[in-house]
Formats: sequence, structure tokens, C-alpha cells
Amino acid sequence: MSNPDVLVIGGGLHGLSAALHLARRGRRVRVLEKEVAGAHASGFSAGGVRTLGRHPAEVPLALAALDLWHGIAALVGENCGFQATGQIKVAEDAAELAVLERRVAGMRAQGHAHEELIGPEALRRWLPALAPHCVGGILCRRDGFAEPYRTTLAFRRAALALAAEVVEGARVTALERHGGLWHLRCADGARHAAPVLVNAAGAWAGRVARAAGEDIPLGFNAFMMMLTAPMAPFVAPVVGATGRPISFKQSASGQVMIGGGHKGVADLSTGRVTLDVERLAFSARTALELFPILAETRMVHAWAGIEGVLPDDIPVIGRSAVAEGLVHAFGFCGHGFAIAPLIGGIVADLVVSGGTSHPIAAFAPDRFGRAAAEAGAALPQPAG
Amino acid sequence: MEYDLAILGAGPAGMSAALEAAGLGLSVLVLDEQPAPGGQIFRGVERAAADPALAGEYAAAGAELARRFRAMPGIDYRPETQVWHIDAEAGLLSLRGPEGAPRGGGTARAARILLATGAQERPVPIPGWTLPGVMSAGAAQILLKQAGAVPKGRLVLAGQGPLLWLLAAQLARAGKAPALLLETTPRGALRHALRQGGLWQGRAMLAKGAALVWEARRAGMKIVSGVRGLRAEGEGSLRRVAWEGGGTECDTLLLHEGVIPATHISRALGLAHEWDAAQRCWRPVLDAWGASSAPRIAIAGDGAGIGGWQAAAEAGSLAALDAAHRAGKLDAAARDRRAAPHRAAMAEALALRPFLDALYAPAPEVLAPRDDATTVCRCEEITAGQVRQAARLGATGPNQVKAYLRAGMGPCQGRMCGTTVAALIAETRGASMEETGVLRPRAPYKPITVGELADLPEEELA
Repeated sequence: MSNPDVLVIGGGLHGLSAALHLARRGRRVRVLEKEVAGAHASGFSAGGVRTLGRHPAEVPLALAALDLWHGIAALVGENCGFQATGQIKVAEDAAELAVLERRVAGMRAQGHAHEELIGPEALRRWLPALAPHCVGGILCRRDGFAEPYRTTLAFRRAALALAAEVVEGARVTALERHGGLWHLRCADGARHAAPVLVNAAGAWAGRVARAAGEDIPLGFNAFMMMLTAPMAPFVAPVVGATGRPISFKQSASGQVMIGGGHKGVADLSTGRVTLDVERLAFSARTALELFPILAETRMVHAWAGIEGVLPDDIPVIGRSAVAEGLVHAFGFCGHGFAIAPLIGGIVADLVVSGGTSHPIAAFAPDRFGRAAAEAGAALPQPAG
Repeated sequence: MEYDLAILGAGPAGMSAALEAAGLGLSVLVLDEQPAPGGQIFRGVERAAADPALAGEYAAAGAELARRFRAMPGIDYRPETQVWHIDAEAGLLSLRGPEGAPRGGGTARAARILLATGAQERPVPIPGWTLPGVMSAGAAQILLKQAGAVPKGRLVLAGQGPLLWLLAAQLARAGKAPALLLETTPRGALRHALRQGGLWQGRAMLAKGAALVWEARRAGMKIVSGVRGLRAEGEGSLRRVAWEGGGTECDTLLLHEGVIPATHISRALGLAHEWDAAQRCWRPVLDAWGASSAPRIAIAGDGAGIGGWQAAAEAGSLAALDAAHRAGKLDAAARDRRAAPHRAAMAEALALRPFLDALYAPAPEVLAPRDDATTVCRCEEITAGQVRQAARLGATGPNQVKAYLRAGMGPCQGRMCGTTVAALIAETRGASMEETGVLRPRAPYKPITVGELADLPEEELA
């Protein structure tokens, strides 16, 4: 194997999206994945494609990514199961509705019109099965959801078709830069070298950054999801709440997926995840309070995927502040799926030209050292 | 309170473990889904022992074990109880009690947890196996044991293994001898099996098996040997069974290709498993006491590898001795001394196993159906062809196919299709079963409703 132009650590959706966009621009790319593609967060996401309620810094990226989703087949050759069902964030009382009103007003002030405030009648029309106490909400009509693992495989195939390499089972154990190249060693003794390194290692990306001399306070969580037995269709849009973390959607099979940020217990070294039954019960109570129709439905699956999180609940995207030829894209905090088709393009921008036209200053890798982090007025964002 | 030992399953392994552990002064909790002790092999044995169709050493030995289990003090036995989640780190079991019990079922804590969940029938995914009228032999035997019921109409048995012959004999005694028995054991398998040894040590079991075959033949059923290419046919329901070079009308087709360990919970817990090439199934990696790769968890009985009920009972005793040792009730020397007779009895019970494994090894088409149109995941109606296509698109193992096709994501959680899906991927990718990997099921191990989950007691914050 001759040396590639770019090495990507991490064969999740973000690493594969970066590989695809780099390959489209003629770069020779090699993705190193310690297990198999989509083994963690990318395979366990709920697949929400959401601009609704995004952190202000993420809004422009989410909107640009949404345009890509609406033509995703042009990028990867298939539609990845994407359906523009709309997403709704409901207000359960007047105080929550006031929060949503302020949110929409704030978005309008910044020139964003994708979030629409809806009253109780429209809410009832969109969500007939919703509990009667809900008083209104925000609707994003063009949002929806896709199939996460299918999406991951589609990006992988599209990247491979452009001669990118994906090496599975490649556990990177050491990296160093000399002679203008990153030199990587894997547990099986294999060595790889390239002038540019992309760190898309998800929950494990903090270790990669540290090995390159950069301390980024990446934590990890295991966001729990539940899946019910099939039910007759009763809800089309993806539903979230204002005062508590939940995401709720019904797939084409009739099964309802309930997610939203309650955490299991995870071990980063083994990748093992254990459910926290009490927190799972809490999620079930929330779901039931919003959709009483669920009471007698059987839950057939509950699981958790390991995901990297950062203290300010937004990812790290950008060139390393300390190391030459290193680009980071990780720590998506449970809501990176929707923006992955775009982030790969931004990574490619950074690799090819050193900059990007997309606004990414808020995601700078060195922001945690700064004394006053400008915190935006974020709504609680459900995982997935 | 925290129990010294929680046992999942009240079959031969679970009952023997409970007896041994309680006898050594351990506090024992036994959780079982059935309304009465016995497990699958001795299902309903306390009631069914009087049924002449089921008579024999099974009923006698099973009834005796159940009687001792019921009489033993120190065992908290909870029938009709499902375990839907285990937190192995914390030793916390999440339960679903019988109908009418308080919703939510509650939880239990145990210092050590023994999985004695036994075996399940190997799925036999032939073309047409999802037609009404096609059942597993085990399902027919459950009907016989529980309700004394026999299948209606013209009856055909197909497949191989000791249970198939046992069922044929039991049905004949109940007045419903099958019209035809299609044996899939290839010609030449017997010669290969005889070379595995163990025949003298296992002669008693061999004699019992031969007697069953003799009884079935004498009951007048026609037997076709060396059957290949089985197909169930019919529009909407079963009308006919066909095979290479033959076919016949029938109303009920009972399929059986042996049993495999029920590894659902051990896989969900993420314990290490290995592919058993002789038995063509996954089995958990265990030490000589049944201890697994997780600190609190042990496994005994057919769930650890198919050995039959006598070996299962001995393995249950061994796991209980080890639990007593770990609880500080027995020193290592006493444990080993007490274990010796159990180990000897287990070796004897397992002597014939290599012969049986070789004789009744399922054909490759049982593991990976040849016909792409054959359904493999019944819950999500996924065909063999779809799984092969997913493997060609890059899915490397059953967990990836689950995420991609939903195979294994239905109510049975891959109990039926997990091994078939893995075998199809391995075949398509030219990989071994070990490389392809084991399907990792998710909690709940048994479905609970959203309402039941919501009714769990609120978390205590302080």
C-alpha cells in the first residue's frame, strides 16, 4: 500500500463522511477503524435529522446539512431511509410555551425562519395521540429521520467507490509527527503514514488528541434508547419536549423508538454498556405522559451506544491548535447524525484549503482554555 | 436483602444447583418462567407423570427431582417470573412477576447469579417453514406434556436427533403415530459417529435410544432415511411436504434438528462465547465450575453446551459448590472433594455426546438455507437472500445486519434467526463463524410493556 494523502481515525459516520468528501476532491484517504464501521454511536443513533432546537452555533450547519439530506442520493447513491416527516418540540404548559416563543423570536432575529410556532389546534392536528395537557410547540416541517446504520454503510460504499480505503480492526496505539508526516502504529504492528490526520474517533477522540499533544475535555455517555413492538401508525413527525429530554418517533415498521439523553453505564476500554433500569423507567414515564397510547405496548429492545460529549454540548470541529496537519471532528454530544453529511465536507475544506466558508469558530478545539466561553441560549437537545 | 445465589431456571440444572446450595446454607432465589418446576425436559412433570404416553425414566427421575426441590427449605422459588434485565456489575435482577402481581415486578439482588436457562430447539429454516401447519417437534411435545394434545390430520416428522425419536414414540403411545418419519441423517454418518468412541461408557443411553427407534418402527410408521432438500408446500397453509426424490400430502409437519444452548441472556450480558464446531452452535466460555468471563455470573446445564439432563444436573451441583466456596461456606479442598462424584457422573453422562454430535450434525443447509427466498427472520420477514445481499453490501456480522435489515430486532430478539444470519454472512464473506461474531441481543430479555416499565419505583436521589 502506498501512502495516502489523509489518514482518518474512526470508521463511524463522521469519519466515513470525511473520507467520502476528501475522495470526491481527489485525495487518497485511508480510514482506520478499531472495530467495524458504525460499531458505536453511528450504529446506535436514533437517526434524527433535526434543525429544530439546535444550539445557535449549530443552526447554520444543521440547515445546510438538511439541504444535503433532501438530496442525499446525489451524494451517496441512495436515500438512506430519509423521510421528511417533520419534527415537533412540544410545550407542556404555558411557561414552556413562553420559552418556545422566545426561542422562535430569537431565531427570527438571526434571520432563521425554519422554526414555526404552532398553537394547540395545529399541534392536535399534527399529533392526534398527544396527551391533552400539551399547549403548543415548534414545528420544523423539513426535518425528519433516516436509518443510521444504512446511512453509515452508504457513506462507506460511496467512499470505497472513489478508491478510499477502510481498514477495519485497525486499533491505533501510537502516533507521532516527523518529517512532515503523521506516523501511526496499530496494535497488530501495521504502520501508516500521511501528511494529514483527521481525528473522527468519536468517544475515543480525546485519546487521539492527547497523543498529539492537545488536551480536550472530552467525556462520554451511553445514551439509552428503547424500541417497542409494532403499533398502528399514530405519530408521523419526530417529537421532542421542552422541559425534559425525550425524542420519540414511529418508524415505517410501526415500532416506536424512544430516546432522549438518559444515560446507561459505559466502559470506554471494553466498549461495554450496561442499562440503567431506573433511568430507563424514567424515560418510559416521560413517554407515557406524552403518549398515553403506549401503556400496553411491549418494549422489545433497549440499548445504549457510546458517544463523545463535551462540556458545552457542542462538538469540536477544526484544525488542531497545537499540531500541524491535524483536523478534529468529534464530540457531537448525541446529536451529530443529522449534520454528518455536511461535517465531512467541512473537514475536507479544512484539509484541502485550510479554511471553510461555514461558520465553525464556536467549535474551535482550543475554546476550553478560554476564560469566558460564550454560552448560547440552548434548548435541551435530545440525543439522536 | 441480597441472596447468596440467584438461579434462572428450574430445570434439572437449576433445581440441582438450588438443592446443593440450600443444603450448604446459602440463601437461594430461583426464578422460573413456568408455573411449576421441571424446565423444558421435565415440563409439568408433577402433573404429567401419571400420563402413560410420557412414562419412563424421564418422568420418574423428573418427578423425584421436583419433589425434593419443593421440599427443600431455604429456597425462595418464584414461578411465572421473568427476568428482563441483569446488571451484572451490581448483581441486580429486574423481574416481571405473574399476571395479577404488582406491576413492575420489582428487583432482586444476588451475590452470584447462575444462568440455568437450558436449551432451545435449533431453528430449521426450510422453504415453507413459516406456513401454518409446520411446527417444531418441541412445540408438539409441549402440547403433549401440557395439554395431552396431539396434532390433527396426517402427520409427518422430519429431521433428526434423539428428541425426534422420543416424540415419535410418545405420539405413538398417545394413539397418534406419525404417518411418515423423514430422517435427514446422511448415509455414512453412523460409520463416522461410531469412530467417536464412548459407546461402552454410554451403553445404557445407547440402549435407550435404540429401544425408542425400535418402538417407533414397530408402531407402524414409514421411515425414509437420508432425506435432503426438505420443503413445506401449500397456499396459505401446509398441504404437502417434498424432498429430493419424493413428496407426500400432509396436514402437520414437525421439524427437528436437535437443540442448541439458549444463550440469549449470556450473549446479552456480553459474556465471551465461542463457536462449537462439533455441536454447530455458540456456547459461553466457562471454567470447570461454570464460571463465566463476568465476575458474578455462572452458567450450568444445556445453556453451557448441550449435554442432556443428567449432565445438566451435575453441572448445577458443581456451580452451587463453587458459589458456596465463593460465599465462604466451603474451603477449596472441601469444594473439590464434594465435586468429585459429580464430575465422575457428568463424565459418564457425556460419554455418548461425541457419538451423538457426529451422528446428528445438521447439514450446512440447516445453518444457511440455500434457497434465497427462504425466510430466516420470522419476526421481520427477512429472507436468506436479503441477508446475503446485506453481507455483500458490507455488513460484517449479525449485529450489523440487525441494524441494517432489522433481522433480530423483532419480538423474539434473534432467538430464532441469530445463528442462521451469522452462518449466511460467514458463507457470503468466506469468513469463519468466530470472525462473523455472535448476535448481541438487548434487554429486555422478555418483553415488558412501557406501562410496566414506567411503574418501577422512582429512583432514590439521596
